[in-house]
Amino acid sequence: MSASPQQQILVKVNAVSKSYRRGNQPIPVLEGISFEIVRGEFLALMGPSGSGKSTLLNLIAGIDTVDSGSIVIDDIDIATLNGAELARWRSAHVGFIFQFYNLIPVLTAYENVELPLLLTSLSRRERREHVEAALAVVSLSDRTEHYPSQLSGGQQQRVAIARAIVTDPTILVADEPTGDLDRVSAGEILGLMERLNAEQGKTIIMVTHDPRAAEKAHIIRHLEKGLLTDVSP
Amino acid sequence: MFLLKLLSRNAFRHTLRTLLTILGITVAILAFGLLQTVVSAWYAGANASSSTRLISRNAISLVFSLPISYRDRIRSIEGVAAVSYANWFGGVYITEKNFFPSFAIEPKSYLELYPEYVLTPDEKRAFFLDRKGCVIGRKLAERFDWKVGDTIPLKGTVFPGTWEFVVRGIYSGAEKSTDESQFFFQWEYLNESLKKTVARRANQIGVYIIGLKNPQNAAEVSLAIDSTFKNSLAETLTETEKAFQLSFVSMTEAIVVAIRIVSFVVIIIIMVVVANTMAMTARERIGEYAIFKAMGFQSHHIAGMVFGESLFIAGTGGCIGILLTFPVASKFGEVMGNYFPVFQVDRSTIYMDLLFCLIVGIIAGIFPTWRAVRIKIADGLRRIG
Repeated sequence: MSASPQQQILVKVNAVSKSYRRGNQPIPVLEGISFEIVRGEFLALMGPSGSGKSTLLNLIAGIDTVDSGSIVIDDIDIATLNGAELARWRSAHVGFIFQFYNLIPVLTAYENVELPLLLTSLSRRERREHVEAALAVVSLSDRTEHYPSQLSGGQQQRVAIARAIVTDPTILVADEPTGDLDRVSAGEILGLMERLNAEQGKTIIMVTHDPRAAEKAHIIRHLEKGLLTDVSP
Repeated sequence: MFLLKLLSRNAFRHTLRTLLTILGITVAILAFGLLQTVVSAWYAGANASSSTRLISRNAISLVFSLPISYRDRIRSIEGVAAVSYANWFGGVYITEKNFFPSFAIEPKSYLELYPEYVLTPDEKRAFFLDRKGCVIGRKLAERFDWKVGDTIPLKGTVFPGTWEFVVRGIYSGAEKSTDESQFFFQWEYLNESLKKTVARRANQIGVYIIGLKNPQNAAEVSLAIDSTFKNSLAETLTETEKAFQLSFVSMTEAIVVAIRIVSFVVIIIIMVVVANTMAMTARERIGEYAIFKAMGFQSHHIAGMVFGESLFIAGTGGCIGILLTFPVASKFGEVMGNYFPVFQVDRSTIYMDLLFCLIVGIIAGIFPTWRAVRIKIADGLRRIG
């Protein structure tokens, strides 16, 4: 798919290959993948287990490195960044939403959301403003002092989304964000992601097995055995 | 601030495990502190000795005496400021269980040479005037509830018979390291009695204490004294008071070395325990460290968390151990007062305690930090769920 002149390309994945080693044996996961994502897109990556969709997501999010090819995000080729540069880039440009929420259990909802801001130069007061705004977006202003164990799965995932958006990142990456939730909670989370995309223009890349979740995306890309197979509008 | 909050909450995530680890460190630091204090107490006599004093004794053995006539000859030697003398009396009060050091001394010259035994002028005068008078240390007086004016009977072990003394003064130490458990009485009382009972043992001295005009001349003066009595019937061996005291310690050096080794072994054991706790902690939290890294936290942040927690646990246990060392050492000193008249926790012991807490915290954190820092984010995230 190519972008129209009005659409600005945010992510450009170019001939990316990735393999893992099992003993001396290389196991190819992605083979020469190329595609683009425009700014403000809501993209779903689908495919069977082991197809390489989570690996592709990790590469775009900068938490894994390509064997060959390049990934250019907002004009930065992240494959050329070293570990420290990549960490700084992630803190500024990527928000993570995981399947199991991955909140820090000893921190309250407020403190969990505040975590990414500790890497910024914001003052305490400014951090508080950002955290309160992010928690308001996910409708959890009344749960700031609750620990993750005191929240339901859906609420924990909303805290995780607040944590992901609190730094106003360029892209949100979500790996099976509804995989551990019941149908109602999953619907709420997907609705929230839709709103973030529609109202705040967040670019979202979501890996999912769930067709109902994928329906919320503008574009669905299918991966199979490390290759992109088709694009659904 | 946030990091401290995170460290303390992380540390008590497994409350029982952390409390047991802290308890282990507390006990180890307490044991180390006490054992080091025992070693210090062993050397208390040597450490409290003055560089301005020499001790001259019979060159063959301390068991043999020196004639009183040496006093004037020693005093005439260049560099000698004052001479006093003393005999080990070895008296026991009622039973041998009530042992304490007792000496027959020449009062005026002895107390001038030992200004660390502090008496009031009235007590000194009363002691000098009473041939059967004695002065005792504050701790000794407290131990037997003796007061000025009390008559004290001692059974002589070196000089047989029952000897009666009247307490004329209770001295206190000028410094914390001064031994306050000694008993001093007049050498003249001992000598007069010996003249009547065992005349051949009269006019004999156990040790001469020599005050120096200049401590830097200790070697020359020692040599001059020993040369003076060379080839006499009772040759002398003169050494600094510290060397004299250390000669007693050296007799039991093997025990001191054993105590030192045990105290260090205790620290090594607790280091392994804390390292194990931290290794378990890091293994459990690998997924969390991956999340921190994904959010942009770097290796030094992760290292700070692991090391910080390790130091927090070691520091908490260490501080409690140090705080407990003082009351426990005080009680230990009371119970063991017979053997360790000076039993106090040295500042150097506290510094060593703190140093070991730091070392334990750092070493225990090295391996978990290495693991946490090396973990790849994608691998760490796969371990969650």
